[in-house]
Formats: sequence, C-alpha cells, structure tokens
Amino acid sequence: MNLALIVILPFLGALLPGVLIRSGRTAAALGAGLATAAALAGVLAHLPQVLAGEAVATRIDWLPALGLSASFRLDGLAALFALLILGIGLLILLYARFYLARSDPAGRFFTYLMLFQGAMLGIVLSDNILLLLIFWELTSLSSFLLIGYWSHKPEARAGALMALVVTATGGLAMIGGMLILGGIAGSYEISEIVGAGDAIRNAQHYPLALALILLGAFTKSAQFPFHFWLPRAMAAPTPVSAYLHSATMVKAGVFLLARLWPVLSGTPEWFYAVTTVGLVTMLWGATVALFRTDLKALLAYSTVSHLGLIIMLLGFGTKAAALAAVFHILNHASFKAALFMGAGIIDHETGTRDIDLLGGLRRLMPITFGLATLAALSMAGVPLLNGFLSKEMMLEAAAHTPYLGNGWLLAALATMGALISAGYSFRLIALTFLGPERTDYPKPPHDPGPGLWLSPAVLVGVVVAVGLWPALAQPLVAAAAGAVVGGDLPAVALKIWHGVTPALAMSGIALAGGALLLTQQRRLQRAGAALARLDAGAVYAAVMAAAESGARRLSEALHDGSMARALAALVLVALVAGGWGFASAGIGPQTRPMLAVNPVVAVGWLALIVASLCLPLFHRDRLLALVLIGIIGLMVSIGFVYLSAPDLALTQITVEVVTVVLMLLALNFLPKQSMAEPAPRRALDAAISAGAGLGIGALIYALMRRDFSAPTISGYHLENAYSGGGGTNVVNVILVDFRGYDTFGEIIVLGIAALVIYALADVLLRRPNLRRLMAWSPDQPRAGDAHPVMLVVATRLVLPVALMVGVYIFLRGHNAPGGGFVAGLVVSIALVMQYMASGLAWAEARQRFEYHSLIGAGVLIAGLTGLGAWFMGRPFLTSAFGYVHLPPLEKFELASAMGFDLGVFLTVVGAVMLALASLSRLSWRAMTDERRRGEGS
Amino acid sequence: MEALVASAVAVMTAVGVYLILRRQTFPVVLGMAMLSYAVNVFLFATGRLVVNMPPVLSDTATGYTDPLPQALVLTAIVISFAMTAVVVLLALGSFIASGNDGIDLGEDRE
Repeated sequence: MNLALIVILPFLGALLPGVLIRSGRTAAALGAGLATAAALAGVLAHLPQVLAGEAVATRIDWLPALGLSASFRLDGLAALFALLILGIGLLILLYARFYLARSDPAGRFFTYLMLFQGAMLGIVLSDNILLLLIFWELTSLSSFLLIGYWSHKPEARAGALMALVVTATGGLAMIGGMLILGGIAGSYEISEIVGAGDAIRNAQHYPLALALILLGAFTKSAQFPFHFWLPRAMAAPTPVSAYLHSATMVKAGVFLLARLWPVLSGTPEWFYAVTTVGLVTMLWGATVALFRTDLKALLAYSTVSHLGLIIMLLGFGTKAAALAAVFHILNHASFKAALFMGAGIIDHETGTRDIDLLGGLRRLMPITFGLATLAALSMAGVPLLNGFLSKEMMLEAAAHTPYLGNGWLLAALATMGALISAGYSFRLIALTFLGPERTDYPKPPHDPGPGLWLSPAVLVGVVVAVGLWPALAQPLVAAAAGAVVGGDLPAVALKIWHGVTPALAMSGIALAGGALLLTQQRRLQRAGAALARLDAGAVYAAVMAAAESGARRLSEALHDGSMARALAALVLVALVAGGWGFASAGIGPQTRPMLAVNPVVAVGWLALIVASLCLPLFHRDRLLALVLIGIIGLMVSIGFVYLSAPDLALTQITVEVVTVVLMLLALNFLPKQSMAEPAPRRALDAAISAGAGLGIGALIYALMRRDFSAPTISGYHLENAYSGGGGTNVVNVILVDFRGYDTFGEIIVLGIAALVIYALADVLLRRPNLRRLMAWSPDQPRAGDAHPVMLVVATRLVLPVALMVGVYIFLRGHNAPGGGFVAGLVVSIALVMQYMASGLAWAEARQRFEYHSLIGAGVLIAGLTGLGAWFMGRPFLTSAFGYVHLPPLEKFELASAMGFDLGVFLTVVGAVMLALASLSRLSWRAMTDERRRGEGS
Repeated sequence: MEALVASAVAVMTAVGVYLILRRQTFPVVLGMAMLSYAVNVFLFATGRLVVNMPPVLSDTATGYTDPLPQALVLTAIVISFAMTAVVVLLALGSFIASGNDGIDLGEDRE
C-alpha cells in the first residue's frame, strides 16, 4: 500500500465516528477500527521488505524549489513505531468502546483519537522534516483535545492547556532547530540529512540546532524539568493516558532523537546534554513515583522515568545502547499501556484509583490482578518478562560508559534507577492487590467483561512471549536499531541468559533493593511525601500569569477601544511607509503625455471636487451628506463613461441607486444629525487625511504618467476574448471566462454578505431589541399618505419596462456593455421601487421566490455551468460557445458563459433584494399599528 | 486629464479618511463609501487613461483600453456595496441595541 495512503487512512477514519455515532458507540468504534486495521495491514504488507533491511519510500512533490514535498519512508524504526501506533491503537479503540460512560460523547472521542493516530503515524513515516513538524504540532493539538475531553472538569482544561503550552513551545524551538539543520544539510529530506552527519556536527551552528531540537524532544517526551505536564495530563480518560501518554505520543521525542541519532550523536555536547537529562529524569521520575498514591499519577511518573531511561541510552551514543533503547521502546509500550488499562479497569470497577483506598483485590478481581501483576513485574525488571531484557541491556551499556571520566558512576546511578523502579512496581502490586480484603471500597469490585480486559491481555501476552522467547522480537528490533545506527549493527542476539555478567549482578541488586524499599514503605512515605511535590509547575504558573498580564497590558496600551485612534495609526503607518518608499527608491521619467481636457469634463470634475469638499463640512446633516454622496457617485460614473469604461459606468450608477436607498432605510432609525466634535480633533484629523489624500493622489498621478514597465496580460485577453471566449465585450468575457473563478468567488461573497445582513436583522427583530424597535417613535413628521397614488401607478407602469431593460442588458452583456451584474442591479431597482411605492407587506404578499433561494440558485447555476466544462474534458469554468440559427430570428450566439452570467444575475438580484428587504422589515416592525394597517391592504 | 483624475482621487481619499476618523457610525459609513470610490477609481486608473476606446471588440475600433482593471473594478464596486450594506446594518444594530451611535468603546462605558 502506498505510504501516503497509510498516513491518510486514520484521518479518513476520523470522519467515520462522527457519521456512525448515530448508530451507537459500537459502530463508531468499528468505523475507527476499520481504518486503523486497514492502515495496519498496509504496514504489515511492507514488513518482510523492511525486516530485510530495505526501506520503502513514496514522494509527492509539492514545492520542490522550497524543499517542500510530501515524502514518506518506512524503514525499521518507522515500522516499529507504526506497528506500535496502529496495533496499540486498535486495542485502545476496543478498550475505549467499553470504558467510556454512556453519557460521554463517544463519537468525538474516537474522532480525536483517530486524528492523533494519523498525526503520530505521519511523524514516524515522514521523510521530510518540514512535513514531520506539521504532524508534530498536530499531535500536540490532538493531545490537547483529548486531555481536555472531559471539558467540564477544571483539571482537565488546565492539564490540556499546560500540555499544549509546554509541548507547543518546545515544538516552536524545534522548528528553529530543524530549519538550521536543513540549512546546513542543504535539504529537508531526512534520508539526505542523515547522510550529511559529519558536515552537521562540524558546522558552526551545530550546538544551537542541537539545543533547539533537544528542547522540542525533551518537552514532548516529558524530560526533566519539563516533565510536569505529563502527570497533569492524566486528567484525560484512561485510554488516552494509555495510548498517548505512555505508549506513543510521549515517545515522539524519543523517536526524533533516534531518527537524528546518526546526525547529532557522538559529540560531547550530545553525550552530556542527552545522557544527563535522561539520567536525572529517570531518577527523579522513579523517586516521585515511589510516593504517589494515585495509580495513574504513579504510572505517569514511572513513564517519565522510563522515557528518561530511553533518552539516556540514546545519549550514550554507542550502537549497543541504541539497540537497548529501541528494544525498551517496544517493551515499555507493551507493559505500560497494559498497566494503564489495568488502572483504568480498577478505577472503573472500584470507583477509586487511590491505592490508599485499595488493597486485597487479588481474589475479587483475579483477571485484572494477573494481568497487572505480570505487567508490573516486567516494569520492575523481573526475569522471564520483557522488561528484564531491555533493563539488563541498559545496565550493561551503563556499565561500559564512563561519565565525567568516572568508570562506575553511571553504572551506580543506573542501578539506583532500576532499584527505585522495582520499588514502586512492587509497591503498586502490593498495595493494590495484596493484603486483606477491605469492606469500604467505593463500589463492590469485580472483574470487568472481556471488552475491557482483552486489550491489556493481548499486551501482557506480548510481555510474556517476548520475555520467554526474546528471539521473537529479534527481527523487528534489529531492523529498527539498524535504521537508527545506519546499517552495521553489532551482532547482539536478544536472549535471556548472558552468563554471569556485571549487569546480572546489578539487576539482582536492583530487585533486592526494590523489595527492601517495599518493606520500609511506611517510614519512606513520611520522609518523602513533601519532596515528591516539587516540580516546575509553579514556575509554569508564574510564567503563564506574567505572560497573560503582560499581553493584557500591551494590548490595552496599544488599543484603548477607540476605533478612530486605531484607524489614524493605520493611516499614519501607511503614510510613513509610502513616503519612505517614495524617498528611498528612484522613479523613472514621465513617458505618457497628458490627455487634453474639454470644458464639459472640467465642469464634471468641478462638481465632483466641490461635492467632495462639501461633505466633510456639512456631513453632520446626514440627509444632505447623502445627496452629496449621490453627486459624487454620479460624477464618478460619468467619468467612467468618458474614460472608455461603459461597463463600470453602468455598474456604478446602478449600485449608486441601491446604496442610497439602503442608507435612507438606515437613516429612518439613525439620528439625522451627527454630533459636533471639538475643533482641535477635527484639525488633527484633517491634517492626517490631507496627507493620505496627497500621498494617494501623487502615487496615481505618477503611475498614470508612465507606461507599463512590462507588457501586461491584457493583450492576451483582447486577442482571445472572441476566439476563446466567444464575446466581443472583453470586460464581460474576463468576468465570466478568463477570471471566472474570481467572479464565482465574488458572487459567493455577495451571497454571504446578504445572508449576514439577514441574520443581523433577524437578531434585531428579537427581544430585547424588538421591544426597543416597537417603542421607537419617528423623530421626523411622516408624510400624510405613505403610498401616493401617482408613485404607485408610475412604478407599476415602469416595472415591465425595467424588467425588459434588465433582460436586454443581460443578453447583450457578452458582446456589448452590460451583463449579469448590471442586469441584476437594474432588476433589483425595479423591484425595490415596488417596495417603496406600495410597502413591504404588499410586496411580500406578491413575492414568488424567496431571496435566499435566488442566491442559492444563482451560485448553484454558476457552479454547475463551470462543472459542465469537466464533461468536455476541460478545466473548471472553461466556456464553450456556438451559433444557433432559429428562424425567424437572426443567427445568434449561445455560450455556456451565459449560464454562468445567469448565475451571477440571480445572485445579485437575490443578494440586493435580501439586504434591502431585511432593512425594510425593521422599519415595518417599528411602525405604528395604524400605519401598518394602511399598508396591509 | 491625468491631473484631474489624480486630484479627484486625492480629494475623495482625503474626505474618506477624514470621515472614517469620526466618532459616530454614520459618518464612518459615508467615509467607507468615499474610500470605495477613491480606491475603485485608483484601480481603474492603473490601466492608464484612454478616451473613446472601450474594450468592446469591433472592426472599426482604432485601439482598446486595458480591460483587466475594469473587470476587477466592476466586481469591486458590487462587493463594496455588499460591504457597505453589512456595515450599515451593524451600525443600525448597535444603535438599536445600545441607544447611541458612538463607535468608541471608551465612550459608552458607564
């Protein structure tokens, strides 16, 4: 199966639960499970090839010039992780199906889980670090959603936010590190970066790149001192803790370090940074786990500790240690996920997961006891279970690694870590299952049904099988480790008995010490409880509080709630930037002569200028301001006619009419006068606006006096309008053909705007606004006759003529000025006239089509016309045309573009009418009953 | 001619900016309308000014003006109407809901 498809499958699967949840939780889980199983089958199909040491790759170029391509690669390491993600994912889906309560929104849960699965799979299969970074952030996001799944719990929300802040901050650092890495290697493909190891390690920026990448990996993998988010992420439902926060997501950092191991490791910086952090994390996590009484918290700290162990092994930089790390990734995932699921079962069946309230469960819950005990013993490193094998390899590697010139220091500390680990594992078993049965469990405990214990049982099966026959895991682990170290692996066989080695002695000490810790339980608890509460959570809280108040102070300083101030700042910045541009770059000589001016044009210009200048002086009289706006719009339209733009002139003048009607409708409510503002403020604003006007005027003047610096694409449009688009009105052909996609987008925007207006008006028609509307009294005397008979008669007579003109303008549009936009506006005006003459109620009673449907039909028709091109094997919106001869008519042209223009026409009519009708509905509600009765007739 | 168009754009821009700096909704709406005129004429003028050469193909034409800015401005005119309408309704809504048509947050805090 294509690797890209394998990555996409979980994302597709994320869509299923939302659809299937109506058929119940089982259906939703099955849908998600199906996608997971399909992806798993895809990985398994490649497995023989991968185990033979080959890598499978897929590459889809996107922006090769920028090094952006979707390239995927499945080698041993990726296969190990993919199997963990998909295999455990499948078990988790089963477990979650039975774990979630009936009241939990299960569809959402499965969707989030599948999103995470896809993102995580993307990380391990990506062969491009930029692609990997995207998936990396996606895992942070999906983890946020999953931790906060029970969003009614404050600790879930806080935990989710903390996890997101910590891991996403690390992710940001990592982006920087990765970019540096890609810059040094000259490629963003991991397979090529891995080949440039020497160049990278010797590069000047290597320490910086290393630090940034480690920051990303350490935050993700919950390394000291960033580990504090992981225990708080335990507010998530237990399937999430088992899946994300023990088996997979927290191993993303580990994965990344393993992936980049051939490139970054082997330097003293790497050794001391990675080994030390791993070591400290291992010891600290284990120590805290020893004192936790919440089962999930205990397991969380134990996860922190084991992640530290793996990181430390990668830090050693030796091939044997890398092998041990890879093996422990597999082992830890199996026993820890099983343990989490066990903790979930205990919580589910007894009502508590506090080990102080538990004990004596071994007879009450024998299956759970058996499974959890085997998994916990594996965690402790007891022989014949898989945890023992990798722990012993870890001790062996530590024994051979000098630290700070000291030969035994690491060995001693590693043994110490293993000892504490054994201690908390034993404590977990003893305090939960052993001891006398109690009478005060919150719920009477009993084993759950197979739906809950089957998944951990499968994992414990792996724990025991690998523990007894390590050779089972040998091919996969060898292939994965081979992929980490780059091929030549030391011939280490995974086996139980290596003879009497130092590691065996260390293991023995650890297990005996762990047992001793258990007997000293009470004394220990008193001593260590306070110590274990220390972590960087307080630092996090302080940083967050400071950031929050800083952000608030900054935004309050920048924006005090005054829009005028913000706009003035915007204009000033534009002025400064424009002025700087003018001043710093040269400007070529004027090449175009000025056009001559005839007297009529000069008069029009004068009217425009005078009306414009009157506007700021008299704008406080709002009706007068509308008249002035009308003059300006008219002059602009005339200007368009004169300057060879008939289409623009037609559009401008029709838009002008509807705009004025709209503003009049609004003025019906708004005050007719604006308040006076203080003179200094007006003077300042005048200065700012004069600057803006001068700047824009100078810019367009300079532009108009010069020729194009390069030939424009307009020549192409002019040449091909007729031969390619079948029309002689080039502007219309551009709208419906060359740039049809743009127009399609514009009519959609137009429709959306009209719907927004409708929705806003609808809000105003509800309480409490409605009450204000009803109580509203006109601030101006009304005309005695709302519907003068002369106006009514005139509009009725004009209506058919206006509609005919609309149709005419529409039909001629392709070859002469006109088209869907103008025709739509003309028809709208004709209809609005009826509203004005006879009132809303009269017009609505005769309205045949909902304006909403007109908008929808318009967009649909335009879209379908575009799709029609597909059936001709052409791209979307390619138009076709031909000539039709219908006697007795003249030969006329029929172009598919006309269908598109029809869509434009309908959308324009629907949108304009919906906007105006919404406004008039407001006025209607505000009328007195008496007047309304007069209208209803 | 170019000077006339440039000065018209300049004046319309200046008036538009002045009006959007007012503290009440209606003048701001007017200002937006003025800025729309200015911007549309500006965009149109980037195609350079030509008299009597409409971009309608015919056998007798001596030349054509640049059709592309016209097509872009045509949709811009319609869209700016839609935006004006939305802003008008927002203005109306805030006036009906709050009883005054001021636009600054600071001024209607009580």
